[in-house]
Amino acid sequence: MDTDMKILIVDDFSTMRRIIKNLLRDLGFNNTHEADDGNTGLPMLQNGNFDFLVTDWNMPGMSGIELLKAVRADAKLASLPVLMVTAESKREQIIEAAQAGVNGYIVKPFTAVTLKEKIDKIFERLAATAG
Amino acid sequence: MEPASKFDDVTLLEQARALVTALESGNDVTVEHMLDELGRKREQHLFQELGKMTRQLHDALNGFAVDARIVAMAESEIPDAKARLNHVITMTEDSANRTLAAVENAVPIASALQEQANALHEKWSRFRNKDMTVEEFRAMSKEIDHFLDVTKDHAEVITTNLSEVMMAQGFQDLTGQIIRRVITLVQDVEENMVGLIRLSGKGYSELKAATPEVAPRPVSTTAMMEGLGPEVPGLSDTSESVSGQDEVDDLLSSLGF
Repeated sequence: MDTDMKILIVDDFSTMRRIIKNLLRDLGFNNTHEADDGNTGLPMLQNGNFDFLVTDWNMPGMSGIELLKAVRADAKLASLPVLMVTAESKREQIIEAAQAGVNGYIVKPFTAVTLKEKIDKIFERLAATAG
Repeated sequence: MEPASKFDDVTLLEQARALVTALESGNDVTVEHMLDELGRKREQHLFQELGKMTRQLHDALNGFAVDARIVAMAESEIPDAKARLNHVITMTEDSANRTLAAVENAVPIASALQEQANALHEKWSRFRNKDMTVEEFRAMSKEIDHFLDVTKDHAEVITTNLSEVMMAQGFQDLTGQIIRRVITLVQDVEENMVGLIRLSGKGYSELKAATPEVAPRPVSTTAMMEGLGPEVPGLSDTSESVSGQDEVDDLLSSLGF
């Protein structure tokens, strides 16, 4: 996995962005950027050559599920891997995210081990489909 | 109903007399014309009254909606809000305890490292000053070996505890989401109280455009797509939720993930 990959973290709580940023740094990813909701995140994605998106669901402005749908609807971003890290835990919501094309789903509160597992899994699967 | 003062008595009387005269003189055209005019006046008055009644009914129904909303708030949403806030207390308490426990685990280890490093430093200085016997040097070598081993392990324990402190800060996001929902409810209560005060302070008929708009409760799918925030134990809507990451993984693998 490319540890130089450019990652966008979208969460309205700066404390959670900081936690995720620190966890990613511990995993070797230093090229992280932040946005506080879909409205600020989407233009960054469209102009920034990002390799990976980690997003919350429940945010004022544009929610994470809307951001995911906007990413999948954008020809340039459609294949961007997206990991959702959220407190939303209704079965219906998880199914909705899966149908919208999420690559991984983590419920808060989560552990560093879970984050690593899901990221590994996402990129393993992408490598398998690419090869 | 207001008294029939809308009919100008004098005009009416005059018109009635004129009608009688016209009837007596057999002037059919005039009779028909005058009967039409009298009927029109009556209809106009009726429609005005009907309009007023419709407005009153509309206002009364709106007032009823405000009442019903307040009843719903008092019956379920306020108790839910209490459960949410109590859960916030539990979560902040857990996080504080997790943080304190991690600090309590890490501090003695850091102190032990510091003590051992100080002791070795003193011996090392003596060695550098050639103020040490061969036996003492052999003992110090062993100590250094041991110290390096221990430092590796201890540094790992300290890092683990610092990570624990960091992860415990996740409460700020989770409790923030819960508190935000309660704030929305408080605003909702406030608006409905204002609506109720307006209703009781004025007659229904005076309300007209002043009737507050009662925001419809969002349909559950809309709310779900916006996000509901963390589950709060003890609230009725927890049955449709997963209880942790394992259940998320099971659900996703059942969907072919």
